[in-house]
Amino acid sequence: MAEKRNEELIAESAAVINHPEITAAALTEQEEIYKENIIDHYKYPRNKKELSQYTCSRTESNPLCGDKISIYLAVDAGKITEISFQGHGCAISQASASMLTEHSKGMSLSSVASFTEKDVQSLLGIPLSPIRMKCAILSLKTIHKALEELK
Amino acid sequence: MAMKTNEIENKSVPTIVPVEEDFPILKTLINGKKLVYLDNSATTQKPKQVIAAMTHFYEHCNANVHRGIYTLSRQATEAYEKSRQIIADFIGASFDEIIFTKGTTESLNLLASSLGKKLQPGDEIVLSEMEHHSNIVPWQQIAKEKKCILKYIPLTAEYTLDLEKAKKIINSKTKIVSVTQMSNVLGTINPITELARIAHAVDAVLIVDGAQSVPHLPVNVQELECDFLAFSGHKMGGPTGIGVLYGKRKLLENMEPFLYGGDMIREVSFDNASWNELPWKFEAGTPSIAQAIGLAAAVQYLQNYGMDKIVEHEKKLTAYALQKLSTIPGLKIIGSAHLDNRGAIFSFTLDGIHSHDVSEILDREGIAVRGGHHCAMPLMSRLQLPGTTRASLYLYNTEKDVDALVTGLKKVQKVFA
Ligand SMILES: Cc1ncc(COP(=O)(O)O)c(C=O)c1O
Repeated sequence: MAEKRNEELIAESAAVINHPEITAAALTEQEEIYKENIIDHYKYPRNKKELSQYTCSRTESNPLCGDKISIYLAVDAGKITEISFQGHGCAISQASASMLTEHSKGMSLSSVASFTEKDVQSLLGIPLSPIRMKCAILSLKTIHKALEELK
Repeated sequence: MAMKTNEIENKSVPTIVPVEEDFPILKTLINGKKLVYLDNSATTQKPKQVIAAMTHFYEHCNANVHRGIYTLSRQATEAYEKSRQIIADFIGASFDEIIFTKGTTESLNLLASSLGKKLQPGDEIVLSEMEHHSNIVPWQQIAKEKKCILKYIPLTAEYTLDLEKAKKIINSKTKIVSVTQMSNVLGTINPITELARIAHAVDAVLIVDGAQSVPHLPVNVQELECDFLAFSGHKMGGPTGIGVLYGKRKLLENMEPFLYGGDMIREVSFDNASWNELPWKFEAGTPSIAQAIGLAAAVQYLQNYGMDKIVEHEKKLTAYALQKLSTIPGLKIIGSAHLDNRGAIFSFTLDGIHSHDVSEILDREGIAVRGGHHCAMPLMSRLQLPGTTRASLYLYNTEKDVDALVTGLKKVQKVFA
């Protein structure tokens, strides 16, 4: 009887603690973040080099995990003609830099400036926890800072 | 306490199953798998005995301390001060040398602030390259404010402190030497008594960061010959929000308070105040009462188990883990490969795989490890590493947990193959 009461109380306090489903079952296919294309971009990153000639560059880091990304931009007539990156980090941060640089080459500065977290997420095509979101958007943040410097 | 010795069946790691029973959280399922908790350097799990002590306090004795004459307040005060005595006995100190703080970080900030008041321009503070941010940043701030010089005892190739260099770095200008007894990244156990003698030879004080050592080793401040010792309750089975600063009485008596307010005063007028006696001079405001009681319960739990037994158990696990981990290709242990002078903390890198990815994939197996710089960015840059994955063990961990880790790491490598 007393046990039951205790359980009820714990259930009530769980609402306050607001914990996610920690006893959830193993990952489903949709939840997998280490998809083949992510691993591929991580192991064989595109545009991972320093440009020999660039209009501006910018380095940002994520103090929580030590990820670091430098972006190099070559700009002509309001367009990104070349873009590359350097740095180190987890599979998500590296794959996102690789995909994002691939995606933004040839685009206008204004459209790249309007990229959002959501765009990065759909580019990656995987669900991201808040902590992993920080890894995923480090390259976007760095590109945006670089664009600001151009102004 | 739940401890069964099974002399007949003399397996390499006996008597752990009952210990596991004391920690309810170890039955939790994570992602459908039984939790394998290997992040004990960050914080430890709590035995039922600690949870019960705190619940009992809140259900039967809760009142503020040192304030009321009524029975409940007296009981709360008695429980709080009895906890202080239990902790004093645990580390070979006296009652009035034990100051309750929020944790190691606050203890070290107290020292930097209070000892810092007496520093003169040009005075030197000596730390080591393997310190946690909490034993670096407060000293950097004081050094800037007081125009003092910070120096670091370097590492050897074996991930130990270079004592020969320490003897040269510590000189007549040195006023404070502050080092960790056990590195939270490398697992290295430092020769504190030797450092104390080197520091005392030049009249400097020796501060010990005991955050990782007090939970895992028998620590006696008299034997260590240290002047101050800081540690956290939550890393030794106790609750968060409580920690300890031990200081030699003579030194504490001559120090200025850190925080000001209620409880720490003797008398207050509109213009002035005088300070309470030790240890209350350093405890301003309502303290963490239930947490102090929880910490005392944790200390008693560890004493009942036996600190020597913890050392023995962790040594066996360390030998087992080092051997097992060495069979994984591409895995490099960042720390000593020898059993002497190291604790059960294993930092490692896996070729081509970032520590975040390692931790994330291990988490799917219910294995909790830590990835990153472990609040030791200067050490990481000294080792030229962006970070490591770290597995850290405690009395409730078993060889099975190490096996789970090794199997998990092989799965990580498969994902990235
Ligand atoms: C060696 C060392 N020192 C200090 C600390 C800080 O402890 P706390 O966060 O409990 O104040 C830690 C814990 O992370 C540690 O491992």
